[in-house]
Amino acid sequence: MAQRTATAQQKAPATAEITPEIARGLYNDMVLIRRFEEKAAEAYALGKIGGFLHLYIGEEAVAVGATSVMRPDDYAIAAYREHGHCLAKGSDPRRAMAELYGRIDGLSKGKGGSMHLFDKTTNFLGGHAIVGAHLPLAAGAAFAIKYRGGDQVVACYFGDGAVPEGEFHEAMNLAALWKLPVIFICENNRYAMGTSLERALAETEIWKFGRAYNMPCEAVDGMDVLAIREVVAKAVARARADGTPSLIEARTYRFRGHSMRDPAGAVYRTKDEVEREKLRDPIALFRERALKARWLSENDLREIEKAVNDLIDEAVAFADASPEPPASELLTDIFKDADGGEKSGS
Amino acid sequence: MAVMTYREALNLALREEMKRDDRVFVIGEEVGLYEGAYKVTQGLLKEFGPRRIVDTPIAESGFTGVGIGAAMVGLRPVVEMMTFNFALLALDQIVNSAAKMNYMSGGQYHVPIVIRGPGGPAHQLAAQHSQSMEVYFYHVPGLKVVRPSTPADAKGLLKAAIRDDNPVIFIESETLYNIKGEVPEDPEFVIPLGQAAVRREGADVTVIAYMGMMYRAMEAAEELAKDGISVEIVDPRTLQPLDAATILASVRKTHRAVVVEAGAGFAGMGSELSAVITEQAFDDLDAPVERVTGVPAPMPYARNLERAKTPSKERIIEAVRRVTYANGNRSH
Repeated sequence: MAQRTATAQQKAPATAEITPEIARGLYNDMVLIRRFEEKAAEAYALGKIGGFLHLYIGEEAVAVGATSVMRPDDYAIAAYREHGHCLAKGSDPRRAMAELYGRIDGLSKGKGGSMHLFDKTTNFLGGHAIVGAHLPLAAGAAFAIKYRGGDQVVACYFGDGAVPEGEFHEAMNLAALWKLPVIFICENNRYAMGTSLERALAETEIWKFGRAYNMPCEAVDGMDVLAIREVVAKAVARARADGTPSLIEARTYRFRGHSMRDPAGAVYRTKDEVEREKLRDPIALFRERALKARWLSENDLREIEKAVNDLIDEAVAFADASPEPPASELLTDIFKDADGGEKSGS
Repeated sequence: MAVMTYREALNLALREEMKRDDRVFVIGEEVGLYEGAYKVTQGLLKEFGPRRIVDTPIAESGFTGVGIGAAMVGLRPVVEMMTFNFALLALDQIVNSAAKMNYMSGGQYHVPIVIRGPGGPAHQLAAQHSQSMEVYFYHVPGLKVVRPSTPADAKGLLKAAIRDDNPVIFIESETLYNIKGEVPEDPEFVIPLGQAAVRREGADVTVIAYMGMMYRAMEAAEELAKDGISVEIVDPRTLQPLDAATILASVRKTHRAVVVEAGAGFAGMGSELSAVITEQAFDDLDAPVERVTGVPAPMPYARNLERAKTPSKERIIEAVRRVTYANGNRSH
């Protein structure tokens, strides 16, 4: 039975023990993202996907772990390496792939592409491609939650490359000053494109910036999906309770280059380093753990892998079959039509 | 109708729209406790409280982004730029986030936000606080740009901007806050965006001008009338979308056009208007379109130099005389 979308989104309290059902969801979603990205890389090589393509391979545990302790009505927003966050939030992989292909059935009708996946049906506020710019947007969505008296939270994912940007600091300050329910999740993969942390930041312990803004903050192993769940769950509880934002530094690593134009990522880091990090593949680590703890059997895992493979094959076929946007789409959506506006509070 | 200042008209528009729609809130530097650097938000904190009148630290990119994020999920923020010069710090948010969100999300997330504040030449505020800012915005697909010249327009257009589902750049002027005019008190008085106004009817030449330049053109028209030259003045009011139809209808009637703008002329509003007129009404023109623009220099502080920087009444008169061949150099 092929699952249509990611499954790990909160079905049980985050603090609950890991059940086979939770383990299944986590494994399913991480494998789903991995296969999606692998197929996207193949499609890029075939010329089916153009422009920039940034793969999330190696970092899957962060989006999956964090999303798994949030509610479907919570918001998520990310930078341009966002396929994983979008899928974890529950978007249809077929429509996400079609967007990468620039087709009309894509999430953004083919107008956004790889860097601009958006899905209003899952409260995914998009992929944003100016480094740091979406952090204030996350604070804004959280501002709106508070304004309406709701208890949703916003997960805001960004790389270590956003930390030296002014908007990181402006957003952190405003969120802390106004108690806006944002979980700032820095996916520290140690390289902003080709610039290592040490070459970019006077303080390389990124979580410590939270202290400067009087915000709960900590670092977590970004390759351990269960550790991420635990840390993010605490942050979510704080944010839901009284709006307290948090900064979480998830220490992770991208196994591929910055983008497909940097396929090897070999100029600015050593092959040894990459191979060493690959030994901590978050999917392999969790697979082992799930078997050991008997949450899932070898058979269960293979079934999940098979179902995900089928689903991603289907997503690729769907994207391939979807037509290009009609020429009329060039001039639609520049402005929202006057009569299409929201007439009342939503 | 009531007589009120431009500032009071803006204040009334904000109050009416906030009463009408709980999703509307004001955010910016000194908008609350201080009651606005130019007092446009006077009394609003008292009336609506800190939930809806939100004072921010000095962080233009940050609080503009907060407004855009809040708009994405359904609120209708009015972001005040203490002066529009500071909007340059938020230019990425305005251009790359607000203007493009609806398009790059395939119509899923629209951004109903107003970003307002004073801009354009002011009095001896020097280079960084005194310059025409609209040019940075009307070039960007996805933004609407409003420049309201009168108290009634200030009210009616601000209300339209707040009710619009798209990002609207609404640039007022320090030099106009104290001018008075008749303003309809009807809370449903709204001037649709994209409608120009004919400020003065005339037969011989169309002068297109807005904000302070519109008033200067009115003075020029008075003087030219003494010489028997009848000037029609069209105020675009909204620069994006531009009401080309009203402008072209006027030019087709007068057969001559002078465009006045306070900003430096190169690739400015005057260039665009000249192109629109030349492309669409070429056969109706009896003279080339004239542009009267600001001097391409940063705004100087010294009073005499400042006066020389923006178009004077005399330069407008000269241009009108040139296009009507009334300067003695050429016969009609």
